[in-house]
Amino acid sequence: MSSTARDRIFARLHAARTTVSPYVPRGGSWQAPMLDKDQRIELLKKRMETVRSEVHVVPEAEWPAKLLEVLKAREPQTMAYGHDAWFGGTLRSKVKGKGLPKLVPYGENVEAFRDELFGIDVGITSTLGGIAENGTLIVWPTPQEPRLLSLVPTVHIALLKADTIYSTLAEAMREMRWAENMPTNALLISGPSKTADIEMTLAFGVHGPKEVIVLVLD
Amino acid sequence: MGSQHLDFTANVTEALADRQLRANFKSALTGLMKKRVAVLPNAEEIERMRDDAEAAKRNALAKLPELLERLERKCTENGIIVHWAETTAEANDIILGIMRSHDATKLVKGKSMVSEEMHLNHFLETHGIEALETDLGEFIIQLNHEPPSHIIVPAVHKNRQQVGRIFADNLEGIPYTDVVEELNAIARKTLREKFRTGHVGLSGVNFAVAETGTLVLVENEGNGRMCTTVPPVHVAVMGLEKVVESLSDLPPLLRLLTASATGQLVTTYVNCITSPRKEGERDGPKEIHLVILDNGRSRMLADAQLRRTLQCIRCGTCLNHCPVYIRIGGHAYGSVYPGPIGKILTPQIDGLAEKGVLATASSLCNACEEVCPVRIPIPGIIRRMRTEAYDEKDDGVVKGHGAKKNLLETLVWKGWELTYRIPALNRFVVSMLGKFGDKLPNVGPLKAWTSVRTAPRFAPKSLHQLAKEEGIRHE
Amino acid sequence: MAHTFTYPRDVKTVYYFGTCLVDMSFPQAGMAGIHLLRRAGVEVVFPQEQSCCGQPAYNSGFLEEARAVARAQIKAFSKADWPIVVPSGSCAGMMRHHYPEMFANDPEYFDVRKFSERVFELGDFLHNALHVRYEDKGKPVKVTWHSSCHAMREMGATAAAKALIGQLSNVELVEIEREYECCGFGGTFSIKQPEISAAMVADKVEDIRATGASAILSGDCGCLMNIGGAMERTGVPVAPRHLAEFIWERING
Repeated sequence: MSSTARDRIFARLHAARTTVSPYVPRGGSWQAPMLDKDQRIELLKKRMETVRSEVHVVPEAEWPAKLLEVLKAREPQTMAYGHDAWFGGTLRSKVKGKGLPKLVPYGENVEAFRDELFGIDVGITSTLGGIAENGTLIVWPTPQEPRLLSLVPTVHIALLKADTIYSTLAEAMREMRWAENMPTNALLISGPSKTADIEMTLAFGVHGPKEVIVLVLD
Repeated sequence: MGSQHLDFTANVTEALADRQLRANFKSALTGLMKKRVAVLPNAEEIERMRDDAEAAKRNALAKLPELLERLERKCTENGIIVHWAETTAEANDIILGIMRSHDATKLVKGKSMVSEEMHLNHFLETHGIEALETDLGEFIIQLNHEPPSHIIVPAVHKNRQQVGRIFADNLEGIPYTDVVEELNAIARKTLREKFRTGHVGLSGVNFAVAETGTLVLVENEGNGRMCTTVPPVHVAVMGLEKVVESLSDLPPLLRLLTASATGQLVTTYVNCITSPRKEGERDGPKEIHLVILDNGRSRMLADAQLRRTLQCIRCGTCLNHCPVYIRIGGHAYGSVYPGPIGKILTPQIDGLAEKGVLATASSLCNACEEVCPVRIPIPGIIRRMRTEAYDEKDDGVVKGHGAKKNLLETLVWKGWELTYRIPALNRFVVSMLGKFGDKLPNVGPLKAWTSVRTAPRFAPKSLHQLAKEEGIRHE
Repeated sequence: MAHTFTYPRDVKTVYYFGTCLVDMSFPQAGMAGIHLLRRAGVEVVFPQEQSCCGQPAYNSGFLEEARAVARAQIKAFSKADWPIVVPSGSCAGMMRHHYPEMFANDPEYFDVRKFSERVFELGDFLHNALHVRYEDKGKPVKVTWHSSCHAMREMGATAAAKALIGQLSNVELVEIEREYECCGFGGTFSIKQPEISAAMVADKVEDIRATGASAILSGDCGCLMNIGGAMERTGVPVAPRHLAEFIWERING
């Protein structure tokens, strides 16, 4: 049945073509401004903070110390991460001791890990980049760092390398060659989960993370 | 609901009498209008963005069959299973079939207006399947057995006290509260459990990119990501007008969509889905289905003016700016799509006999057209609905054209034409009105007018006469 | 819709299209418009064959009747190519933007378009084509302003109207809340959907009352008839005045 529905739909669509002359669009005239590196960091930080993300710009070598500070301020019990993420080893060596969470690698398929994951306090992930124009992180989940790390735990911590921040979404798509490389799932994330469905009153953490903390590694 | 009789006048009377409802709408929509302005740049830049967004959508419509074929091919290559449905009944059957093939009884749903158009929840429930809305606004009204009253903020007609009551009455062990944070926390706890245990997740699609076979979903809450990531099967439903040609079409469309819908630069999540879980990946659905629905859309494509209805990106900003919608709210329209876009979309889907009356509910103030991010000429298409409803020339194309044709109105307008086409007759009628206009019986249109206003007055001497008397040159 | 019009220079003569509503119910406003044009040194020609722009039928779905009446207007203003000045943003918008749409598939399309390009709203024309200057001779007064939707969105005439009011030194203009919002007139809309229209005009009257102004000015008599009728019915003591009539009185003391 489905294929005949398809045939009938396409027959109508093709017939419609003959009665309506094609529209030749203009366009391609708008683009957000291109920025230098400091401006990109500054704008991304400003934009993300507007939607209640916490953004810390730190020298690259100092991110583990900043992470520990962020964690100690919250005292989470558990933190999920990708065992083979580029920072996995650093986490294993630094995140131990009083006031620091137990590290839980996302090492199984979700079917086995789901129930545990829904109880985890922090998920930490890398990012592929950021976009200054709209204040978002570019996250392409991988086998090493699955999708739900940035969604299910109560807090999402993201590591962003400053030199991967683009000025605009269009630039990121072009430079990263999205069209040739679309992954299973590509995400832009601007902050914690939020809603204004009750009386237009903004509230955070409705389904996903209640906090998004970004460490920008400069 | 789609084919039920619509008593628009009764709905309007009821809505206008509900002061709470009017206050809820006015406050929420005024806020949305302000937020939109705050997040958009200067007028010149907005127009450039609109140029791009309009071009992206009109380009897609101009190449629609090719782009849909390309989308189907790319999706199939990527492992997404594509289904085609001519009608909402077919689309519902497809989804039921998918549920049954997995012995699935629990569907968790992200927000999808097409699924509302299909009345999917009701359909699945009659087949023993729980279809649970997880967008907070949708969740609230589903608990209260209501349809959405707005396409972006579905529970906009409810205030916090009403939501508190709905939760207390419908959720087990939940006491009444009217604190918004607490209400959100209740929803979080309830719904996270449902995400964890749902069998199939359903979502809509904001943009389907033909170039890469990517489904783009825009959302703030994260329920959309939950529905498209946690359950082992994801079903996406879309109207066939959602396709765009390439990824490069997205930046202006996304920017304008979020600004127009909620006054945001960007949503919390832009979720681009290109394939089911690949070998080695640890999460994401193992199976993705894309159901592409026609339901009257291909018919709109065949007309140069009507096809522009298909440019719509469902941002809802025309609702927020509509003086009629602001006052009567969404439910009065008795249609899935209310407000200005509903006035042109609904009659084309359900037919002018059933829903043509919606096109009369516009003062043609053009506020919708002024703010539409993709420049749909909504007032012009509203006029077209009116013209098609009478179908004087018998050349209508909209379903139910000619449905409102009647001798009385035909005669009235014929008389009007003669009065204004023939100068001598015009002079005579105007002078008669000047002499006897205040003695017109208070019936029909005049009665409607004088319900809240004094009767129009007619000057003893017309402008024609005054100009002549003052010696104004007349050619 | 385009708001940037090319205004004619060195205007010697204009046509005046009075509109059906002004003709029947507000002829003094119509005459005030003529007087303001003449005061600016322009000869005014008022073809007696004119009647109505056709908008009532066009907006009601009776396209053939609207086209017949539109043709009669085009003919009445065809002897010269002078600008056509209209004391109504709504009727001007109809003639400027919708006439070409109505005749889009007809052989006369290009002639219609030429006609349409000659159409201007009165206040806009006084300010942007004739660059009038006014000296206020009236007592201090507080007024508010209502743009018809089409004056605002089709003819872009709001700024010109406010600039003209701004020239009147004893007139304080208090802007109304939700100025952008329709008053609920909408021609036959007020008859077809009387309850919604009533709710809209009630809110508009409330916003007008809240300004504390003694007069509500507009360039459109349709809105003034709607708002004025509702104010009169509810005893709101604000005078509805057409902009042209108001200015004419102020500058003549």
